[in-house]
Amino acid sequence: MSVRTLRIDGRDLAVPEGTTLLQAAREAGIAIPTLCHLEGLSPVAACRLCLVEIEGTDKLLPACITPASEGMVVQTATPRLQDIRRTVVELLFTEGNHVCAICVANGHCELQDLAVTTGMDHSRLPYRFPARRVDLSHPFFGLDHNRCILCTRCVRVCDEVEGAHVWDVGWRGEHCRIIAGLDEPWGAVDACTNCGKCVQVCPTGALFHKGDTTAEKHDEPAQLQALVHARHHQQWNP
Amino acid sequence: MSGILRVCTAAGCAGCGGSALREQLGAVIAAATTGDPASGLALKGVGCLGPCGEGALLELESASGRRLFGGITPEGVAAVAASLANLSPGTDLGTWAPPAARPIDLEQPFFRLQKRLVLEHCGRIDPESLAEALAAGSYGQLRRVLQENRPEAVIEQVRRSGLRGRGGGGYPTGLKWATVARMPGPEKVVVCNADEGDPGAFMDRSVLEGDPHRLLEGMAIAAWAVGASRGFIYVRAEYPMAIAHLRTAIAQAEDQGLLGAAIAGSAFGFQLELRVGAGAFVCGEETALIHSIEGQRGVPRPRPPYPAEVGVFGLPTLINNVETFASVPPLLAIGAEAYAAIGTTNSGGTKVFSLTGDVRLAGVLEVPMGTPIATIVETMGGGAPDGHAIKAVQTGGPSGGCVPANRLDTPVDYESLQELGSIMGSGGMVVMDDSTSMVDVACFFMAFCREESCGKCIPCRSGTVQLHLLLQKHLAGEADAADLAQLESLCHMVKDTSLCGLGQSAPKPVLSTLRHFRGDYLALLRPEPEATPEPVP
Amino acid sequence: MSSGTGPSSSATSSRKVRLATVWLAGCSGCHMSFLDLDEWLLELAELAEIVYSPVGSDVKTYPEGVDVCLVEGGVANADNLELLHQVRTRTRVLISFGDCAITANIPGMRNMLHGADPVLRKAYLELADGSGQLPHAPGIVPELLERVLPVHELVPVELYLPGCPPSAARIRAALEPLLQGGWPELSGADLIRFG
Ligand SMILES: Cc1cc2nc3c(=O)[nH]c(=O)nc-3n(C[C@H](O)[C@H](O)[C@H](O)COP(=O)(O)O)c2cc1C
Ligand code: SF4
Ligand code: SF4
Ligand code: SF4
Ligand code: SF4
Ligand code: FES
Ligand code: FES
Repeated sequence: MSVRTLRIDGRDLAVPEGTTLLQAAREAGIAIPTLCHLEGLSPVAACRLCLVEIEGTDKLLPACITPASEGMVVQTATPRLQDIRRTVVELLFTEGNHVCAICVANGHCELQDLAVTTGMDHSRLPYRFPARRVDLSHPFFGLDHNRCILCTRCVRVCDEVEGAHVWDVGWRGEHCRIIAGLDEPWGAVDACTNCGKCVQVCPTGALFHKGDTTAEKHDEPAQLQALVHARHHQQWNP
Repeated sequence: MSGILRVCTAAGCAGCGGSALREQLGAVIAAATTGDPASGLALKGVGCLGPCGEGALLELESASGRRLFGGITPEGVAAVAASLANLSPGTDLGTWAPPAARPIDLEQPFFRLQKRLVLEHCGRIDPESLAEALAAGSYGQLRRVLQENRPEAVIEQVRRSGLRGRGGGGYPTGLKWATVARMPGPEKVVVCNADEGDPGAFMDRSVLEGDPHRLLEGMAIAAWAVGASRGFIYVRAEYPMAIAHLRTAIAQAEDQGLLGAAIAGSAFGFQLELRVGAGAFVCGEETALIHSIEGQRGVPRPRPPYPAEVGVFGLPTLINNVETFASVPPLLAIGAEAYAAIGTTNSGGTKVFSLTGDVRLAGVLEVPMGTPIATIVETMGGGAPDGHAIKAVQTGGPSGGCVPANRLDTPVDYESLQELGSIMGSGGMVVMDDSTSMVDVACFFMAFCREESCGKCIPCRSGTVQLHLLLQKHLAGEADAADLAQLESLCHMVKDTSLCGLGQSAPKPVLSTLRHFRGDYLALLRPEPEATPEPVP
Repeated sequence: MSSGTGPSSSATSSRKVRLATVWLAGCSGCHMSFLDLDEWLLELAELAEIVYSPVGSDVKTYPEGVDVCLVEGGVANADNLELLHQVRTRTRVLISFGDCAITANIPGMRNMLHGADPVLRKAYLELADGSGQLPHAPGIVPELLERVLPVHELVPVELYLPGCPPSAARIRAALEPLLQGGWPELSGADLIRFG
């Protein structure tokens, strides 16, 4: 195993080749905010929260997919990056309809938490109040598009782990929407095995168990990670 | 009487009388019997002749030379045909003046200052005839390089020519070819990016419609040089004529052993397929284009890996623009050194531009790299019409910026334009006169990017909407200094954080107009509201 | 873009801080939470004079020269708007108080219907049982604005106190420094979480 040495926020680290900057930072106890990234799913680098500064390049690079390379000098929390992250959170809040007080995920929501960690106590950009729908056609689960941040975790988990590929992204730009099947009501899509994995990984209150009411939803990515780990190593007994 | 009549039937002219003109003149010639003046004339529908703004266009070529007529309207077509039919016997084509048509001086700078390499045959030959293309020299370079059998020498020629990607980025083409050639593995792919989606850009279209064989030859040479056996042309659905001409050309070339297996008797085979896009600007971005060819949703992915490493179906892939490939046969014909000598030190060769907007003579033209913008828009294009002055020239479309009037001496090369905060782009050049509000221009392009954002990453998906709303607020006179500051900082945020080139360059038209025309923005700001009262003691 | 940082000091020790609270389009929950300050309210009364408040004063017009004002609620109708502008011109430190003031929150949900008229129709015609009449009483019933807006989209705001409602502890964390002439630093889940 070959090793890469690098410096993150002034700390010298040595990591195995192929380690991403995010993994390296986390191992060293340096928190970089993420949203689209989820251990166990393929990376998409879409939310841009994990962008970091690297000495020698003007480009900001996403820590979740950038491999650590020898001699890299990385900054993860400069004022510039902090302002960018706050703006990302503002863009996410203003493009949907987030009423935390009455949300299933209130208190356990990754987006809500990010508002706190980025100091987003109000949005400097105006709220857009889009007209979005709620899909309650599935017998066990619901999808509230108002709270969807298009992280595509549900799309990936259903495709890559469950193998059902119920979800996809329809339309483009501001019209993007998570769609079930060929843009059908979720409950009408036969491919869904009712496994609930998409609900487990959804970072917000967009996907939820029908029984859950305000503040009762917790996302449970650990179950996914255990499953992916077990499959990868063919170890089924903990 | 002998001579050639050329009617521009490319998309710019076809709709405004070109097609009808070709049809009716064809009928006259077909009906002519021996001895009639019209007998013995050859009629050709050709690709773009250049001054598209003057269509429909008719070019007459006879022993006494070439003459060009424009301004023929759909209504005037019948009169032109009747006049041809009724020419008195013995008339020389050189003296015929088609009625209701305006002579266009072929000696004027628009034509004289061009250096047509890519467009060498465009407007001269019938694009649907392989025989004419062959007669004009097409596939000669392909045959020659196959015979010489030294692919690395071809790549070296391309490298030394200084040719850079004409799709906008300006990446050195020789270097890209060399990278793909070096990639291991038996299977590689060559892709032509013919998605030309910038508003105001139609250079690639003129090549596709007017001389498709030139592109096919360029692609086949590239495929051979890098070791690829499969190729795709990704062309936008909005170009039906280009698609038709490409289909015809591919079938003809396959038929003649110039594409397909064992090309020109060699061991080299190259299967070329057409893929038609579904009208998304972002599919011009190379990774989105790859996904689209694969039948997936056309959204970009982060690079690296670059297409040269992981491209179509995971294979090493060479992606170049239409004009880049089409530059290759002429480059090889005149030699790398001669080609490089045409342009500037860092930008070799020629560049095709589509000149539109507030300019007297609009159309497609090809000039040496390094030609000053003023030469193109003032000298060749005739400047702004009636009493107006040029305020700015927009290059690079929604990914580019504006060059202000006082900087029109800037030469068109990649670095000079970048220094000014614009880009060469793919070659759209929109002239704006002094009646233009630059905030309007910026708002137009932002609306475009907002609509064309694929929605994958948040800065672009949502940032372009907020930027568009902010620009509209300015135009409505409702913005204050804080809004202007927010506009500027959000522009930087979107530019610095977006995943692909679309989002990264979407703010450029705003930033460039803010840089050169800040006054246009300031003039729209509403007066500051009364300040909050000073605290009571 | 810079977030609101207000005046560094808001009161002099020589006199009581003139404190107001205002209730726009909100459920009054934020004010209830304010009352949850319980015994600290007594301390507050030592440091501040409540010059206007639906829960602490009988004054009907918003006075001049207010030092600190907690504004609860989004801006939903003409009356809200008028009062807000009064508050702004007569107040030094305007605190956007609770999620409705900061995000439009629950009252803002009507914005998804895009316009006052569709909202009135939905409420009084489509979903009403029988009466079927749009309310219209100029001068008595305030006109709805087309959209419910957060306070800071209409006037400058010095401090934000998110929460639905912000807890009493959170309110105290914001007010206490202000009353003692300092400026609160609000961060962390206990102090600035929405919801
Ligand atoms: C949003 C976007 C749209 C693009 N559209 C085109 C296009 O229509 N045609 C093109 O040749 N290149 C386009 N490009 C550039 C391509 O990604 C790629 O760089 C180019 O095709 C490479 O060819 P070249 O090296 O010959 O220029 C686009 C890039 C972006 C980011
Ligand atoms: S999804 Fe999260 S941010 Fe959105 S309303 Fe629910 S708790 Fe709030
Ligand atoms: S419940 Fe399982 S199968 Fe159904 S959509 Fe979610 S992840 Fe896919
Ligand atoms: S439904 Fe949840 S997991 Fe799926 S894209 Fe939306 S926020 Fe992400
Ligand atoms: S920058 Fe825009 S077009 Fe590119 S990936 Fe992001 S959303 Fe899609
Ligand atoms: S976590 Fe890296 S881009 Fe989303
Ligand atoms: S399209 Fe006819 S001259 Fe260009």
